[in-house]
Parts: sequence; C-alpha cells; structure tokens
Amino acid sequence: MGTESDGTGQATGLWGWINARFPVDKMLKEHITEYYAPKNFNYWYLFGSLSLVVLVLQLVTGIFLTMNYKPSAAEAFASVEYIMRDVEWGWLIRYLHSTGASAFFIVVYLHMFRALMYGSYRAPRELLWIFGMLIYLALMAEAFMGYLLPWGNMSYWGAQVIVSLFGTIPVIGDSLAEWIKGDYYISDITLNRFFALHVIAIPLILVFLVVAHILALHEVGSNNPDGIEIKKLKDERGIPLDGIPFHPYMTVKDIFGLGMFLLVFCGIVFFAPTLGGLFLEGPNFEQANAMQTPPHIAPIWYFTPFYAMLRAVPSFFATQVWGVIVMFGAIALLFFLPWLDRSPVKSIRYKGPISKVALALFALSFVVLAYCGMKPTSPALLLLSRVFTAVYFAFFVLMPWYSRIDRVKPVPERVTYHAH
Amino acid sequence: MLIKKLAPALAAALLVLPAIALAGEGSFPSAGNDVRNLASLQRGARNFMNYCSGCHSAKFVRYNRVAADLNIPEAELKKNLMFTSDKPFETIRSAIATEDARKWFGNAPPDLSLMSRARGTDYIYAYLRSFYRDPTRPAGVNNTVLPGTAMPHVLADLQGVQTAVFSGGEAGKGEFEKFELTDRGTLEPEKYDDFVRDTVNFLQYIGEPIETKRKDLGVWVTLFLLLFTAFAYLLNKEYWKDVH
Repeated sequence: MGTESDGTGQATGLWGWINARFPVDKMLKEHITEYYAPKNFNYWYLFGSLSLVVLVLQLVTGIFLTMNYKPSAAEAFASVEYIMRDVEWGWLIRYLHSTGASAFFIVVYLHMFRALMYGSYRAPRELLWIFGMLIYLALMAEAFMGYLLPWGNMSYWGAQVIVSLFGTIPVIGDSLAEWIKGDYYISDITLNRFFALHVIAIPLILVFLVVAHILALHEVGSNNPDGIEIKKLKDERGIPLDGIPFHPYMTVKDIFGLGMFLLVFCGIVFFAPTLGGLFLEGPNFEQANAMQTPPHIAPIWYFTPFYAMLRAVPSFFATQVWGVIVMFGAIALLFFLPWLDRSPVKSIRYKGPISKVALALFALSFVVLAYCGMKPTSPALLLLSRVFTAVYFAFFVLMPWYSRIDRVKPVPERVTYHAH
Repeated sequence: MLIKKLAPALAAALLVLPAIALAGEGSFPSAGNDVRNLASLQRGARNFMNYCSGCHSAKFVRYNRVAADLNIPEAELKKNLMFTSDKPFETIRSAIATEDARKWFGNAPPDLSLMSRARGTDYIYAYLRSFYRDPTRPAGVNNTVLPGTAMPHVLADLQGVQTAVFSGGEAGKGEFEKFELTDRGTLEPEKYDDFVRDTVNFLQYIGEPIETKRKDLGVWVTLFLLLFTAFAYLLNKEYWKDVH
C-alpha cells in the first residue's frame, strides 16, 4: 500500500485517495496503533478481546447453521440432526456454535469479575459499564431464544418455565406470557419468532452495543489493575507515561491469549462437546414433547445462579412474583454498581479487608448458587440457596456503607509494572 | 506470583468445576463398550437389525453410512441387514407402523437414533439386562431400570428369563436385591452381556457417527494449537522486552 508522502504530510496513491474520502488511517490510529493502553495489564485483561472473538465465532457459525436449519416445530429437530450427520462439516459448525454459547458466558463472567476487582465501573467509566451490562442482558436473551431452536425436550420445557416467569407478574402477567409465545403454549409460532429474534434482532443489538462499549472505552481509556488514571501523567507529546500502543503490544498478548483459549475451547469441541450433559443436555437429544416433561428441568448452567434465587424465595400472598423480582433484581443491581461503590480507591489492590472479603463472598455466592440451581431442590440446598442469595444481595446493598468505612492503602502515582 | 498469574485460568476452572462434578451423578455401572471396536460394531449392527429394527426405527441413520463407516460391503448390507428398504441411501425405518405399535404395546416404540445420547449407553446396557418375570404386566415382564416398561423382553430367547428378588419377599415389594436366572436362554450369561454390549456399542455409534473422527481430528487440532500458542508466547515475549 502506498504511504509515500507528497511533502504536505498527506498520503498519496490509492491509500491517500481512500483516506481523503474515508478515515481508515485515522480510525486505525485512534483505535489500534495509537490507542494507549496501560502497560500493567495482566491476564485478566484477555477476556475482553476473547468476548469479541466468541461473538464473531457465533455470528459466523450461526450464519452457516441457518443455511440448513428449519425453524418449524415439525422440522427443527430433524434439521439439526441433518446438520450433524449429512451436512459436510455440519457437526463441527454446530458444536462450535453450541460450545461457543457456553464459552461466551464463561469469558463474559470473567470479564465482569475483572471489572469488579479493579473498579473498572467507577467514574468516568459508568456508561462503559452500563453498555457492558446491556450487552450481558442482550446475551441472556440471545442464549435463551437460541436454546429453543434445536426443539429438544429440554429446549421446550426450559422455555416453558422461563416464559411462565413473566406470567407471575400481577395483572398483565398472563397476557404478557401469551404475547411472548404468540400462542397459548410454546408452539411452532413461538419457535418461529424466537428464530427471527435470535438470528436478526438481538445480534444486531449486540453488535451495536459492542461498538458503543468499545467507543466508550476508547473515549475514557482503559482502567488497569492499579485503578490509576494513566491519562493524568503524560509526556511532552501528550502520550500517557504508563501507556503503550495497543498495537503491537496488546495485540500480541491477545493472540497468545487466543491460543490458550482455543486450546481449552477446541478441547471441548473435539473431545467432549456435551461436557457431560452441561453444554448439551441429555434430554435435548429427544424431540420436544408437550406430553412428557424431562425428569428434572433445569436451565442451562449460565442461568442457574438466578434460577436458584428464584427457587429460594417462597411465595407470599398467593403469588410467586417475589422470586421473579429477586431474580431480576439480582441483575438490575449490577447496573447501579458505579454509584454503590463509595471507596476512595478503585482497585481491590488498595482496598481494605472488608471489601476483599465482600468480593470473595460475592464470587463464592455466584458459584454456590450456580450449583444449587442445577440440582433438584432439597431442604439442604434450599437453605444454602437462601443463605447465598442473601450474601449476593448484601454485597450490593451494604456496599455504600462498607466501601466508605473500609481501610484503604495509599495509591501510587505510577502503575505497578515489572519488566519481563 | 505464579498463582496470581494463573488466577484467571483458575477462576475459569472454578466456574465450570461444580458443574462437571454434577455430570457423573446418578449413573449406572459402565457398559464397557468401545466405539472404536469395528468387529463389535458390526455384530451390534447385526443385533440391531435382527432384534430391534422390527419395532424401533433409527430415522436419522442411513444404511449406506453405516455400511461405509463399519466396513460392510454393500452386497452384504442388502442381503443381511436391510429389511425395510432396498435403497441403501434411505434411513432405517421400523417394520411396524407407529399406529399399530401404539395399539399393541400401548406405547409407540421410540426412535433409537439418539437414545444413547439422550439416556447414555450405561443406561441402555443396564436396561437390556434388567427384565424380569412379572405376570401382572401385559408382556409378562417388567424392568427394574424402567419400571412399568411397555417393551416385551425380545431378547428372552437369548438371555432366558430372570426372576427379581425383592426384600419384601414378593415381586415389586420392598427394595430390589438381585436377579436369579430361572429359565436359561441360548446364551451363557457372559455371552448375553457381550451381545448387549455390542448392541449398545452400535447405538452409541448411530447416536453420533462422527464421534471417532471428531476425536482423531481433535488430536491434530490440539497439536497445531500447541505449536501456535508456543510461537504466540515467544512473539509476545519478544515484543514486551522493549517495555520498561
């Protein structure tokens, strides 16, 4: 590509011609080669780029799946088996997509936990955080609708259970559930509209939100494990002293991270695509059957923490709506994090013991609730779910208090970095 | 320091571990079948076509795919294994109509294409070995794995008929304790287990015909990724040398 200069600093040739009309060069500089990231990024910072990789993987494999998938109750199940058996490399595309769904949640959960640890949601990154949360919401909707498409028996009954949650809302509940289904029960009509939303509407929203998320990030700059604003200290050229160009330093790091990720991901795709019934559940190898419920209905693993909360809350005043409120509240609270955290420091590195214990308990509650939500309910598990639902909420509700009174360590001027 | 570096990987494992711990629960003793054993699969195909396909379909499985994967010549396939069709590209249909089956057994025999994936091979292995005499049932037999099953004991010729011993003394009363083989069949008990194992092996194969090729390919993919990641690591290290 010709980048020779004509003496006025303007590129000439085809490259120059294009750039006079479309800002390729400018965008590349702004977002890649001259975007300055803090040099003290650790491996927790890989999960952002990995989320992007998985998004692209899902979009591409999804396109190829739609070429052979039939969104109708009569044909959907058989068309998935057709993909698995008769379509050239269909099995690989399908496993990449089904494993990709779970991988998406794994990398996103770790990406979110990173933000919790280092205070990446704090000012001036509130909008960045909110865009991220909206991505998470869209991702849950995308996963839920996608899960119906294979039209297996767990798809069917899982959708039945989740849609019925909306039915618990007073007054409008029943009409709302009916409106979502487009029918009185989960039917061909429901499958068809979920397909439309899964392959067009929500992916569009997701891509839009991801662009907004990255633009917001590049506007305010990345946070880092020390929770220091690197833009405060700049050299004479206006470059942050602790910043390094995203390309090549972060790109080579991300490529290494990609290799590590793919080793695990492809290990699952090629050696254990069902992951013992976790990523692909046994009952989903039987076609949807409105007359026969699976022995134990549980949502797929990434929804189980919230499902455990739902089951943990007893019904009051003859309605189940409280569990639904708690479940959605657990997600809604995350949106308010930027304003709940009153600590004078951002990163867990400089926060005191209360904040550290609180974060550890929060992570523990998420894992324990995930476990409880997978199992058939029992008195012991119910108690466990209740305790850890309380712990989960306490993390947020008490945060304005404990984050303010907690001891903090002095934050250094410059980031902590040891050369390799 | 190393622990800190590994923290993200550890956290990822933590997310998935409780789930993996759950996966193995509620299982039956291992069927001990080996989906790479071609001879076993061929015997399983013979068993399936002769004893199962009369009532059960495998509607996602094509005859010629089975023949190609299991090294069965087409002439052999047509002569010995195809009873419901004469076109090798067709899928395996059962000999009886679904409606008739529903009338005769009270339940339509399920399609077996994906049974091994839905229930697991261990389950089917246990099921086919757990029929016992129960005169109160329409077919004269019951099953401890799936009590009240509508399926008759189609392998009774081979296995013979078992009597179940329950702690309560009578059939179905109290806890199940053990089986006693009261009428011998044409096969010795170990030979019958082998017969069932071969059949279950075939069911695992038709559940996912690509399974062995998938795993073989996975080895190459892993080797490539190891190499790729090693170079990516070195590249990363080289670049970051400049950062102080």
